[in-house]
Amino acid sequence: MQIQLNGEDHVVTDDTTIAALVESLGLQGRRLAVERNEDIVPRSAHADTRLHAGDRIEIVHAIGGG
Amino acid sequence: MTDSSAPTLNNPVTQVAGDSPLIVAGREFSSRLLVGTGKYKDMDETRSAIETSGAEVVTFAVRRTNLGQNADEPNLLDVLSPDRYTFLPNTAGCYNARDAVRTCKLARELLDGHNLVKLEVLGDQDTLYPNIVETLKAAEELVADGFDVMVYTSDDPIVARQLEEIGCCAIMPLGSLIGSGLGILNPHTLSLIIERANVPVLVDAGLGTASEAAFAMELGCDGVLMNSAIAHARQPLLMADAMRQAVISGRGAFLAGRMPTRLTARASSPGAGLITG
Repeated sequence: MQIQLNGEDHVVTDDTTIAALVESLGLQGRRLAVERNEDIVPRSAHADTRLHAGDRIEIVHAIGGG
Repeated sequence: MTDSSAPTLNNPVTQVAGDSPLIVAGREFSSRLLVGTGKYKDMDETRSAIETSGAEVVTFAVRRTNLGQNADEPNLLDVLSPDRYTFLPNTAGCYNARDAVRTCKLARELLDGHNLVKLEVLGDQDTLYPNIVETLKAAEELVADGFDVMVYTSDDPIVARQLEEIGCCAIMPLGSLIGSGLGILNPHTLSLIIERANVPVLVDAGLGTASEAAFAMELGCDGVLMNSAIAHARQPLLMADAMRQAVISGRGAFLAGRMPTRLTARASSPGAGLITG
């Protein structure tokens, strides 16, 4: 199924969790935050939150800034 | 025996001796210089400049993770120790209240519930001037959601009062446009804000060199926040040290209280006992 990941089309298998998505991107263990359809998905819920077709996912991190 | 509190290169003096700390939303800081982490050559220079500045509060930006590239790039939050620094996520780059509020919520998740944020809602790309209508809206939402909001704003005393009434924990007017290095263009409105505020006032944006940071502190600012002035100096580490000293000097002069000005001279040496022919 298709989702929007950081503004781009992205294909995942059905029933993929946020945790599995993060791992498939090689980002496991990194300091990041995830938003799904403009709601925060707390880290504690990544393993239990399943993606649905059309979900808009944002994965962000901290970078240098003023 | 070494005194662990003695200043060293990596642990520089950060305050006027005997001064009270800067208190923002109940958090105490000895340094009144807050710094950004953008625009440095690399992560090493970022870390060294921040250490040299003596800053305890460091701002950062929240951005989409680069997918599939630079996976091994060091993460800012891994380079700067959370034991040593208070992180201040910044909504820079947001042009409306909705994006700014989303960014703050993502930052809170990123920092495991840490709720101190710098709210900055911009008006246009040429001036990066704050959009006050959207700033007020975002401040209301964030305060209601439990955030401690340090707010970037124009140097308008009425807006500053409104932001304080909403519950912002620090008012941060610009000295001049972000990244311009033009210094403090309207010290009089800044003084009005300082006189009337019951929360800390920090100049955020526009400072270009050490005398301007000292001037901000002499006016009675509780602190200053800067990024470009250090990062874009020819030698960032030297400038970081200069800014550290300038903020301490300006604060010292403010606490000391400057002499009155006069239009005519007054000799420093006594007139009596002069050898005159």
